[in-house]
Amino acid sequence: MSIRLEGINKYFGQFQALKDISLDIPDGQLTGLLGPSGSGKTTLLRIIAGLESAEQGRILFHGEDVTDLHVRDRRVGFVFQHYALFRHMTVAQNIAFGLEVMPKAQRPGAAEIRKQVGELLDMVQLAHLASRYPAQLSGGQKQRIALARALAMKPEILLLDEPFGALDAKVRKDLRRWLRALHDELHFTSVFVTHDQEEALELSDSVVVMSAGKVEQVGGPQALYAQPESRFVFDFLGHVNVLDGQLAQQRMTQGDAWVQLPGMLECSGEAQLYLRPHEVRLQDCPAPHANLPLRIESISLIGAEVRLELAPCGWVAQEPWEVGISHVEFNRWQPQRGDRCYAVPDVGHLFDVQQARPRTLSWVND
Amino acid sequence: MSTSLAGSTSADRNKPGKRVLPGFALSLGISLLFIGLVLLLPLTGLIMQTSGMSWAEYWAVITDERVVASYKVTLWAAAIASVFNGIVGLLMAWVLVRYDFWGKRLVDALMDLPFALPTAVAGITLAALFSEGGWYGQFLTELGIKVAFTPLGIVIAMSFTSLPFVVRTVQPVLEDLPTEDEEAAVSMGASDWTVFRRILFPSLWPALMTGVALSFTRSLGEFGAVIFIAGNMPYVSEITSLMIFVRLQEYDYAAASAIASVVLMASLLLLLVINLWQARYLRRLQGR
Repeated sequence: MSIRLEGINKYFGQFQALKDISLDIPDGQLTGLLGPSGSGKTTLLRIIAGLESAEQGRILFHGEDVTDLHVRDRRVGFVFQHYALFRHMTVAQNIAFGLEVMPKAQRPGAAEIRKQVGELLDMVQLAHLASRYPAQLSGGQKQRIALARALAMKPEILLLDEPFGALDAKVRKDLRRWLRALHDELHFTSVFVTHDQEEALELSDSVVVMSAGKVEQVGGPQALYAQPESRFVFDFLGHVNVLDGQLAQQRMTQGDAWVQLPGMLECSGEAQLYLRPHEVRLQDCPAPHANLPLRIESISLIGAEVRLELAPCGWVAQEPWEVGISHVEFNRWQPQRGDRCYAVPDVGHLFDVQQARPRTLSWVND
Repeated sequence: MSTSLAGSTSADRNKPGKRVLPGFALSLGISLLFIGLVLLLPLTGLIMQTSGMSWAEYWAVITDERVVASYKVTLWAAAIASVFNGIVGLLMAWVLVRYDFWGKRLVDALMDLPFALPTAVAGITLAALFSEGGWYGQFLTELGIKVAFTPLGIVIAMSFTSLPFVVRTVQPVLEDLPTEDEEAAVSMGASDWTVFRRILFPSLWPALMTGVALSFTRSLGEFGAVIFIAGNMPYVSEITSLMIFVRLQEYDYAAASAIASVVLMASLLLLLVINLWQARYLRRLQGR
């Protein structure tokens, strides 16, 4: 079931939480709402569910206007960050709840309910916990039960509010994989809220990046990472190295640092060059087109790459630079903390005063 | 000196079973002494006073016809008052927790008035209000309802003085109740009534029972507020506390203590039962 939002505005008193949001969420996809806290993503999710109402705008499920439909009639599954399991009911009773409160005409019989609860418990692989109380479960188990409970009434839309936010890293990763598999198997339309960019990019078919009540960009994980359309998305998705400088005659300068820009650019004045960690190489002397002297501050060996944290020498950056190099290269080069090196950009993204969107630059084929 | 001191503390610290929080022995000692002096000693005194009586005499005093009638009046009135308080108190706690309205803080503060007000003042006020010429009484008389000087008056006085017990025990529990639980239930299609019956009420139930039980035990012993409005007619509107008072005025301390011991045991028994039941119920919520 597809979801369509049209011109949603939401106020909390004087504060505008959502600013004119229009969004299409296609049928059968897993969509992530990503943004920092206070960006309005949870509010948007609650409006889709009907737990909150918007001052302006329309919500359509599969082309049908549900704006004024009460949450209990929208038939969406909602999973809460803190599980919201009913403490005084056993796991089985929790899952059965949605079936038991159905109107008499649709309600399955007691035996049928028991059977369905058994199937749901099998699906979340927790059949052995049926008679336990929520307080006896671990966080990951609770979230699985909450999911089974939300799926009991076979909703076509599943909404998850920071579903893995309260879990530790290992469990979170397992559950993420499991949810993806479940989604691929059952094919409902899911929307989940997260502030974890890695989670959003790994789990979703499509990501909606939000900031300050507005949608910044919508796109597939790859497109978002490779082609961010704004400074915000750049900053928010993964690390980025920024050179703030003055642009004049094809050259960006700040202190001792400078970069000669490729191609013909007729802009000048203040500008920022954004460089992803993998778009920069390190070497021990400056390149003909760039002089970015850096000092190695720390070396992190864990992971597929060696990550170096670098401090600028003779120029300034608001945040330290980060560059990843392969373990092979690291072993050959053997850099030490305090060593001096030079960054050489291969690809970069230029923001200038005139344009909100970045211009992608490449030095490789020049 | 300093080295030996340091040595001894580190040795203490390494002793197994040593508590991190200091002052356990001292604070427990003071608490126990206080309980002994203020609670247990007077209670022992009560039993001592009755010990002069034989079992037969004791039995005769506490099963005296007029006294038994007073038990009935007291128990019934307290039961009705506490059930009424259970319903109204829950409603008031709900309003105070769940809604924002102008003057909420004032209403919240007024809730404690029955505790702060001397019970005799409450009694006189209620008697004046509900007497036949009183503000409420005149209308109720037209409807044929007589409150002052009847058991109904006793119920009203008891309910007035013990209402805060219910409100103040339910209120914090209601405040801590996650609204997410209700939202989850509603999103699964539950009606408002189902949410109340199956989600809210089971969580509030232990606190509500405690509040009602406290309200009930307090009502059993209520004296000041009741006697002014009750009319104190033997066999009809005489409460047990008044019977104790009557015996005292007759300088029959032993009989007064005997009746008092019955009230005491009833209250203690009730509190014990409630606590045991509640412990079992709460254990489930905490997953033990």
